[in-house]
Amino acid sequence: MRRLSTGLGMLLAALASTAAWANPERWQLNMTPGATASSHEVYQLHMIIFGICCVIGLIVFGAMFYSMWKFRKSKGAVAATWSHNTTAEIIWTVVPILILVGMAIPATGTLIRMADTGDAEMTVKITGYQWKWRYEYVGTDVNFISSLSRDADAARRLGSGVDVTAIENYLLDVDKPLIVPTGTKIRFVITADDVIHSWWVPALGWKQDAIPGFINEAWTQIDEPGTYRGQCAELCGKDHGFMPIVVIAKPKAEFEAWLAQQQAALPDVSATAQTPAPAPITKS
Amino acid sequence: MAEHATHDTHDEHHDDHQQSFFMRWFCSTNHKDIGTLYLLFSLVMFFIGGFMALVIRAELFVPGLQLVHPEFFNQMTTMHALVMIFGAVMPAFVGLANWMIPMMVGAPDMALPRMNNWSFWILPFAFTMLLLPLIQYAFFGVGAGGPAGGWTLYPPLSLQGGNNVAFTIFAIHMMGVSSIMGAINVIATILNMRAPGMDLLKMPVFCWTWLITAFLLIAVMPVLAGAVTMLLTDKFFLTSFFNAAGGGDPVMFQHIFWFFGHPEVYIMILPAFGIVSEIIPTFARKPLFGYQAMVYATASIAFLSFIVWAHHMFTVGMPLGGELFFMYATMLIAVPTGVKVFNWVSTMWKSSMTFETPMLFAVGFVILFTIGGFSGLMLAIVPADFQYHDTYFVVAHFHYVLVTGAIYSIMAATYYWLPKWTGVMYNEALGKWHFWLSTIFVNVLFFPQHFLGLAGMPRRIPDYNVAFADFNLISSIGAFGFGLAQLIFAWIVIQCAFLGRGAKATDHVWEGSKGLEWTLSSPPPHHSFSTPPVINDKDLAHGDVTH
Amino acid sequence: MAQSATYYVPHGSRWPIFGSVAMFIMMFGAANLMNEAATGGPLLILGSVLIIVMLFGWFGDVIRESLQGLYSDQVDISFRQGMAWFIFSEVMFFAAFFGALFYARQFSIPWLGGDGDGFNTNRFLWEEFSPAWPTNGPADVGGRFETIPAWGLPLLNTILLLLSGATITAAHWALKVNKRGALIFWLAATIALGALFLFFQAEEYIHAYSELNLTLGSGVYGSTFFMLTGFHGMHVTLGAIMLCVILGRCIAGHFSNENHFGFEAVAWYWHFVDVVWLGLFVFVYVL
Ligand code: HEA
Ligand code: HEA
Ligand code: CUA
Ligand SMILES: [Cu+2]
Repeated sequence: MRRLSTGLGMLLAALASTAAWANPERWQLNMTPGATASSHEVYQLHMIIFGICCVIGLIVFGAMFYSMWKFRKSKGAVAATWSHNTTAEIIWTVVPILILVGMAIPATGTLIRMADTGDAEMTVKITGYQWKWRYEYVGTDVNFISSLSRDADAARRLGSGVDVTAIENYLLDVDKPLIVPTGTKIRFVITADDVIHSWWVPALGWKQDAIPGFINEAWTQIDEPGTYRGQCAELCGKDHGFMPIVVIAKPKAEFEAWLAQQQAALPDVSATAQTPAPAPITKS
Repeated sequence: MAEHATHDTHDEHHDDHQQSFFMRWFCSTNHKDIGTLYLLFSLVMFFIGGFMALVIRAELFVPGLQLVHPEFFNQMTTMHALVMIFGAVMPAFVGLANWMIPMMVGAPDMALPRMNNWSFWILPFAFTMLLLPLIQYAFFGVGAGGPAGGWTLYPPLSLQGGNNVAFTIFAIHMMGVSSIMGAINVIATILNMRAPGMDLLKMPVFCWTWLITAFLLIAVMPVLAGAVTMLLTDKFFLTSFFNAAGGGDPVMFQHIFWFFGHPEVYIMILPAFGIVSEIIPTFARKPLFGYQAMVYATASIAFLSFIVWAHHMFTVGMPLGGELFFMYATMLIAVPTGVKVFNWVSTMWKSSMTFETPMLFAVGFVILFTIGGFSGLMLAIVPADFQYHDTYFVVAHFHYVLVTGAIYSIMAATYYWLPKWTGVMYNEALGKWHFWLSTIFVNVLFFPQHFLGLAGMPRRIPDYNVAFADFNLISSIGAFGFGLAQLIFAWIVIQCAFLGRGAKATDHVWEGSKGLEWTLSSPPPHHSFSTPPVINDKDLAHGDVTH
Repeated sequence: MAQSATYYVPHGSRWPIFGSVAMFIMMFGAANLMNEAATGGPLLILGSVLIIVMLFGWFGDVIRESLQGLYSDQVDISFRQGMAWFIFSEVMFFAAFFGALFYARQFSIPWLGGDGDGFNTNRFLWEEFSPAWPTNGPADVGGRFETIPAWGLPLLNTILLLLSGATITAAHWALKVNKRGALIFWLAATIALGALFLFFQAEEYIHAYSELNLTLGSGVYGSTFFMLTGFHGMHVTLGAIMLCVILGRCIAGHFSNENHFGFEAVAWYWHFVDVVWLGLFVFVYVL
């Protein structure tokens, strides 16, 4: 019972809250507005089209329920014999078209803005592997692999006996997160090495597939420092559910310091692999 | 006119029922027997596919892995979809076409009866092929199991499958052969076998939707065959279609696949539109509103279905122009589909309705399918789809259109025509139970998946963060409830079809029914119309025939 | 359209179920062959033989019934529609491979080479690669190869097939005006042309494999080249076999000047194969 009432409470809180959820929450009902200008736009677009669908739904289902209530044989309703009406038919062809045009306009604007990766101040290369991510800060030697955090990896095994609810950020935590600066337009170039993956952090407002042999581009500019979590979003084999993404946005100065420290920590000889040479995509 | 006789060959000229079991069921040329085979096959497949869905839902009941390994989970996801789409929904519609189209157009049988039998009998063998690796693994511990790359078979992942790759691909080839032959038969029957006076624009809408569906099938099943053939050669014969190193592109597969795949989803819904357009006028006792508009809308949907495929691929990195084109084209489909929905509502308006089980399912269809259509429209908006794509929001979308769309229409059709097929009335009370339990649980099952998707739960994962636990729990409860409700359905069918239990059905069956199929006895004679019926416009189901 | 005087519902037949089993054995064998199981080859052969048996048995029944005059015009129309739609499905099958060819040439190769949206793909992954056609991709899959010039054998083959289209039309004309000798002559000529085509095609393949290092494994060029021409060649083979059967039936006097759907179906098929070749010639060899 208590569980139910806390559940309901959360449900209501979730409905009322307009806070930017960086991470999924229990009983979350709606999309996160996210942490970037783009993600806000996407969220707004989502709300608009959702609202339009609700209104149309209300009208259509309203008419249906009204007729089902009113025009029943048991109530003595007598069926009319007409079977078409040109005016009505024209209206319900044209009005939806107008509504659709109304939806397409903001969608087109948002899409164009999201597609523009120009003027980025830095570039991060993301490579998907079965089942981890590699991040490279293009133009520096810093590059590392990021995979599922250890405790979660142990707990997720079939019959591990671990209570996964006790693990913080279960399946949404990694050993080495991607660190990025806030207030900076960052370009991502995304690819994969074996099969297709998809890089998705809901708070950034997009996902982009990582295709072996091709580069996809996307960009983001995070305003608020914070930790933003996501997951691989394209089926990539048995551990597809276990390749999370964590992005930590830090103020610019802190980021610079971190990057410098990473660079200093690198062994002199580039022992760490640079962008792996265009390894032929081995045939599977 | 009246002498027009159908003749069977000498050996079975006078009797229809003295054939041996083998001849009747394995060598049949009778559209009704073959239709029955299709429908029973489909029911079995629905239960197999549903069982796999229950494995999925059981694993997702609570976070953490409790029942199956991730690899096996992926096999369940993949096979669930393949079995449901190619094994349950498509054969069910072909079965309905077999049973009803000859009766609706006033023909003795399908145009190509022997090929009809072949179309069916390929299927059990195709599904044996498809299921073999999975069965070997699950029951005998041999091999690595069935395909696990998703029903969309995207390379390079699908090519990592090992032994099952070849089996899956050849099984798909066989299904393709079966579907194409089935579709050819439907077209030839409709174009060539109509009774004199049954003009195209007087045909029941069900025949129209099937005519167009059959066209879609013939146009896209070979494309799927081509796509999987390229998978086969990429894996076994060194080709580089989907390998960037050799100048190919993994995304190319997706384009070819979805060129098939999107029309495929309309293949699974157009006949459903037809069924609902038969049932609503019957129980509204009023002619279908906008008959011709229905036909044109169906044709428009079919046309548009060829130019929207890449809406499944908004995140693969298409050029901006491509994204915009596919977004606009996809959105347009809402218009003809809307016309259909509005026509159904208008048919109900100022009518005189009763709510027997077929009508309940038809009304449930209109409402729940529309909800699925709305989420489809939301998916079409590219920037929003960047968030929705590959999440449970998509899963919710397509189960609303497939389960409460396609499956609901098949159930509605079964209740509607079962008395005609068997000569026995089904148990109305049980039918209502089936409807209400299904409708409650199916929403418990799929509605929360919208929330899961919006909150960020990807699809095709066997385990998830605690944040997603609550709605997954609810969804799983819904799944088991919905599954149990289907046992009622199976029982009702068994009662009528095998036990012959129930009140004797009249020829007309429903008070408001119109159309040729109701002029035949229940159950109908072996050859539906051995002499072409006289078509009387007033008796046809559609009011629009006069202009 | 309207039902004609009699509609013939054929009696039950064992061939469909026989064919299903045969198809299963064939496909099962093929799958096993791919998976390198020893049973694969024999099963594949057995299944294929059974399929051929089925075709002979099934069509044999149909021919017998047709000769007994059991079929009405309506049945004839059903057969025609069936054949026409079957050919349409074949067209769509080829469309998938043509689609692959166009996609590779229009999109994947330019992107890999850095054109348009592919700028970063080229820069980060395949810096050495510049787009060109023919190509076996940035990793030079299958090694250097040469292509077959359009204006040699392929041109000859084009002429052969076009001629065969003309000869089969001549045969059809002869059939319609009841000139048996001419019919058999032109039909035989068509078969000969088809066989010659296949001979040259085989020649070309041997040349490609042994001298040009152009193989199925030569990147996307080799893949599209051999898949398109290969499937086409298979269809020519099938068409030629059907022509042989029809020739036999002509000699046996099965066809009348009015009633010869079997002949026409094969002629349609042959024309279809012909048209596909024209597409191939233009898009695979010339452009
Ligand atoms: C029967 C099957 C069926 C049907 C009918 C539909 C119908 C539609 N689908 Fe759906 N779809 C699937 C089956 C189906 N879909 C499947 C199986 C997948 C997933 C495949 C996979 O990845 O595994 C999928 C995925 C899918 C995607 C990809 C999502 C993603 O992966 O990111 C998209 C994107 O555009 C989409 C869109 C649509 C649209 C716009 C319609 C439209 O046809 C809907 C039109 C209907 C309406 C809009 C409602 C009624 C209209 C009105 C009342 C009129 C007024 C309305 C307005 C003006 C808003 N679908
Ligand atoms: C027509 C098609 C169709 C139908 C009818 C269904 C029906 C159902 N689907 Fe299906 N589904 C798909 C097509 C379909 N699905 C597709 C295309 C995918 C995508 C696959 C992919 O990602 O590649 C998918 C994926 C999919 C997923 C996502 C898996 C994942 O992403 O990992 C889930 C999860 O909940 C699911 C659940 C269900 C359920 C519970 C039903 C239920 O409606 C099933 C109800 C039926 C029964 C339950 C059987 C009847 C009863 C019994 C067997 C008796 C025993 C019962 C009890 C003991 C309770 N489906
Ligand atoms: Cu990587 Cu899914
Ligand atoms: Cu689609």
